[in-house]
Amino acid sequence: MSFKAEYGDKTERGHEQAELEVQEAALKQVLGDFRMSVHAWSDSAYSRPRQVLKAARHRVWQRTAGWALVCVLMVGGVSGGLFERQHKQQLARIEAARQAEQLRLAAEQRAREEEELLAKVDSDVSREVPAAMEPLATLMDEDEAR
Amino acid sequence: MATAKDIAAQEFSSIVQSHRPQIFRFLLASTRDYDLAETLTQECFLKAHRNWSGFRGDSSAMTWLMRIAINLQKDHWRNRRMQFWRLTQTNSVELDEAGEWLPSGERSAEQKLLAREQVAHVWQAVKGLSERQRTVFLLRYVEEQELSEIARATGLSEGTVKAHLSRALAKVRTELRGNQ
Repeated sequence: MSFKAEYGDKTERGHEQAELEVQEAALKQVLGDFRMSVHAWSDSAYSRPRQVLKAARHRVWQRTAGWALVCVLMVGGVSGGLFERQHKQQLARIEAARQAEQLRLAAEQRAREEEELLAKVDSDVSREVPAAMEPLATLMDEDEAR
Repeated sequence: MATAKDIAAQEFSSIVQSHRPQIFRFLLASTRDYDLAETLTQECFLKAHRNWSGFRGDSSAMTWLMRIAINLQKDHWRNRRMQFWRLTQTNSVELDEAGEWLPSGERSAEQKLLAREQVAHVWQAVKGLSERQRTVFLLRYVEEQELSEIARATGLSEGTVKAHLSRALAKVRTELRGNQ
């Protein structure tokens, strides 16, 4: 390697090194500012009037209210479901009773109709059936006439 | 004549006085929520008080307290994730507000503005860090703790702490470079 190339390479490395050092110094400065900022912020927050109790009470209240709401919703949901189930069962019972009544009425109606039909058939049959010797009597009348 | 119990109580009281601001600062920076930071700080010292008799001094009181604070913070986020319902509104302050606190020093208005912007970018990067990376980053660059102390406080090995710190710094660098 020539002296110039070697010298140039060293110079370049030196520049890079210097740049890195500058960057590191800048980062150090920023981190120092960050530290001071956090310290100042914390000191100010530390000496401000305390509101811990109020906040804690507020949180406890919020949590209690939240759980109460959840309980109410759960109880409401469960009792609503039970009421719905019971209501459905009652409706089903009423429907079953209504159907049974309809069936009973239909059966009664059918029985009445059958009875009426039988009575009608009986009366019709009694009118159609001739007296025991009726055909012969008719023949005899015809013979005498001849 | 003071009993051992009285001495222990006095010791604990002085520990609270000297370390409370630092624990609060770490929790405030981690959560960006005043009320939550206060509550967790109180819980931390309550827990420490309960276990004070068991503290053997293997590590410094600060490291011991920081370990309790880190665990409390971890538990808090875990519980929040498992909450039945999430509160949509949090008390976290905006990043801009958190970055506003910068001592003026002897700087020009332009320099102050630039510094404020850069601090806001660091906050932005911190927001994007994982829980562990954030903890390690804050302990190193806000609390200025040594790697060995951070390792003891977080329960991680020094190698893991270094790895988390390196990743966190890379993210901060990227954020700063991206906004130059």
